[in-house]
Amino acid sequence: MSEQTTTPDASAAPATQHEPTASDAPNPVRRFLASPAGRSVGLFIAVLLLVLIGAVTAGENFMNIDNMLVILRYASVIGVVSIGMTFVITSGGIDLSVGSVLGLASVVATLGAIQTAAEGFWPLMVFVAVAVGVLAGLTNGLIIAYGKVVAFIATVAMLASARGLAELISQRQSQIVDNDGFQDFFRYDPLGVSWVVWIFAIISLAGWFVLNRTTFGRRTVAIGGNETAARLAGVNVKRHTVYLYMLAGGCAGIAATMLLSRAPAGTSTHGQLYELDAIAAVVVGGTLLVGGRGTIGGTVLGVLLFSTLTNVFTQNNLSSSVQLVAKGVIIVAAVMLQQRFANRTPAGGARLKQTDAAKAQAQTPA
Amino acid sequence: MIEDDHPVSLLEVRGLAKSFGSARALKGVDLDVVAGEVHCVLGQNGAGKSTLIKTLSGAHQPDAGEIRWNGQPVEIDGPVAALELGIATMYQELDVVDGLSIAENIYLGHELARGGVLSRREAAKRTRELMQRLGHPDLSPSREVGTLSPANKQIVSMARALSHDIKLMIMDEPSAVLDSEEVNNLFRVVEDLTRQGIAVIYISHRLEEIERIGTRITVLKDGASVGSNLPVESTPTRELIPLMTGSDVEHAFPALAPVSADAPVVLKVEDLSLAGVFTGVNLEIHAGEIVGLAGLVGSGRSEIVETIYGHRKATTGTVKVHGRPLKPGSVAAAVNADMGLSPEERKSQGLLLEEPIYRNATLSTFTRFANAGLLDEAAEKRAAEEQMKALELRPAEPLRITRTLSGGNQQKIMLARWLIHGTQVLILDEPTRGVDVGARVEIYGLIRDLAAAGTAILVVSSEIEEVLGLAHRALVIADGQVLAERPTDEIDEHGVLDLVMKGSAA
Repeated sequence: MSEQTTTPDASAAPATQHEPTASDAPNPVRRFLASPAGRSVGLFIAVLLLVLIGAVTAGENFMNIDNMLVILRYASVIGVVSIGMTFVITSGGIDLSVGSVLGLASVVATLGAIQTAAEGFWPLMVFVAVAVGVLAGLTNGLIIAYGKVVAFIATVAMLASARGLAELISQRQSQIVDNDGFQDFFRYDPLGVSWVVWIFAIISLAGWFVLNRTTFGRRTVAIGGNETAARLAGVNVKRHTVYLYMLAGGCAGIAATMLLSRAPAGTSTHGQLYELDAIAAVVVGGTLLVGGRGTIGGTVLGVLLFSTLTNVFTQNNLSSSVQLVAKGVIIVAAVMLQQRFANRTPAGGARLKQTDAAKAQAQTPA
Repeated sequence: MIEDDHPVSLLEVRGLAKSFGSARALKGVDLDVVAGEVHCVLGQNGAGKSTLIKTLSGAHQPDAGEIRWNGQPVEIDGPVAALELGIATMYQELDVVDGLSIAENIYLGHELARGGVLSRREAAKRTRELMQRLGHPDLSPSREVGTLSPANKQIVSMARALSHDIKLMIMDEPSAVLDSEEVNNLFRVVEDLTRQGIAVIYISHRLEEIERIGTRITVLKDGASVGSNLPVESTPTRELIPLMTGSDVEHAFPALAPVSADAPVVLKVEDLSLAGVFTGVNLEIHAGEIVGLAGLVGSGRSEIVETIYGHRKATTGTVKVHGRPLKPGSVAAAVNADMGLSPEERKSQGLLLEEPIYRNATLSTFTRFANAGLLDEAAEKRAAEEQMKALELRPAEPLRITRTLSGGNQQKIMLARWLIHGTQVLILDEPTRGVDVGARVEIYGLIRDLAAAGTAILVVSSEIEEVLGLAHRALVIADGQVLAERPTDEIDEHGVLDLVMKGSAA
């Protein structure tokens, strides 16, 4: 270990210390697999494989544009929830309440009073749904950051309460969506592709941008990587934690709107178990459950993997029970495969210039 | 040196080598251990001591070289294999499970059971015997380990090793967490073990301890043994230091520039207290001045600086930078007032180990580089690279993952972070822990340069010599109290220890 430090002694040592060895030789394939994009390759191959299986088993019924759009549409709602979840998990947290919050948002946005008020201005329903999500997230965040309650417990509590609140408000009735503006807007498919797919695409791109290109994303990764180090470097960890849960809640609110655009009514049962689907997609995608590393691209692929799976099974008239078993197997297999990739290159993507480094070190004059 | 006259060594190590990637941690270690001796392995941080231990205990496999056990060549392919041979290791980081009882910890992994049912009474009985043997009959087998002091946890760790039938015990800096009374007890235990014919490999860098209990010494430097199996009696300390360091420690501290008489007070701490930890701390640091906190482990040193920095919320008192009071308990306020902290535990409190160097270097400034929330990574990399060159952090590759760097280079990243930030007050808690001697000298030089450029610096170190060598003034701390404040040229290590002893007696 000390050999990497260039102590006066080490630099005086003969340069033969860095004889090139086989292990130093660059292997482009291995290097790529260790890079952030490379980690998703296995997942991408898995999705392609599923598509292939679909094409072979269901033929024309599977391989057509309409069916592909069905797969995307099916992925969209859970996809948006998963993007928010990716941020929370990257920061080392977890949000188990997103499914319930989605249900609550769908109920509040379809209340008679809201729909009446939205008569002339349908986006009000969207604002209400998102606001409900953000408020629930704010509550989660405050309880976690300032109340010092573990995220798992705080959001399990919200999981229960939000669902209960949704039942109280809706009195367990379905609230029919009866807003012409809202329905007309979503009935129109720009370029033949449903709005929900567009929204998923936009949220994914925005999520990628925020996570990788902004200070918000950097803070998120830093807190997940080492919370104490982030705090001691001056990052306001508590405030950022609150923002993260607000983001996850907001995404659940957006997802509620997307669901309402396709379902006839808002009910308190919307979004049940979505939190588990989202967590599965995020983790299969390659985001570390302990935090410190997150990938939006991986999450998108994870969501697509599961929606393709569902579609292939449905096309082959297999029961949803078989589907669930397959899903479980896939989660385990995907995570194990990723760990193998990760272990094979322990130093990670940073050894890109390993050989150059060794050369530079060897050339350092005494 | 190798032609010593013991007939068969218990353990013989010849030409042991181990590399991690391009880093050669061990490159030729020779070592003989005979039954009943205390064999001290000396070396600076990074000399390869930990790798040697891990190789002997089966955690690492050597790339080359031979290990013989009772004259037979052996391969130690895992911790279990090591235990089967009779080699037990007590690691520096205590490896006990806090939630389990003493007896449960001792028999962890080899539980006493009959047909799958735990024999709790038998375990308790044997635990009592082991505790007796280790001079701690007062520790009940059912006591939860989490409630024990570090010293007693160490006893549990040792008892666990003894619960196996061992012939060789490896102790990795066992005295690091102990006070002097506990060290005495440790030495009694070590003597007992050797009387029973058990050999001990004792890792330490405290020379005086080695004189007290060592039989023979092997010195490591840069992964190679530069002196093997030297008898303690006939090897004076002044011969060991040059072997370990390759230089004379005396010259490690660069010249100290005097603080100009009109330098303004940058940091002013008044009557700072943290309930139950420390009380009534007052201190002032002028621009360009280095102030050191000298005191033993547990004296409250780290807590004081963490409270100044806002990581802990002060019970009473104020911290002012340039006369402006800081909001208590707010690190963000301290950082905004241009204060920086390089924490004691670099890895757990300072760095994002899986992230590239540049992101660690700009962890406190990436928002400043950003435009309207949009990161400017190119500028961050440039700034990091510039600092890496200035700090002679080689190779200057900002994209390298932080985990792969040595302790000295990781410490330089912490300095780079605050250099990029441009602090007026820099707090350095254990700036050279885990840093090898060459990099240590460089870091001392950097600290001096920073002070000369007008930064007010507060240094904490468990090495009193380091505080005295580095600082203009030293505050002597014991039991959460400032006992004295002296210019460092008016007090020496003995003087500090005298004060500490008297202070805790009063």
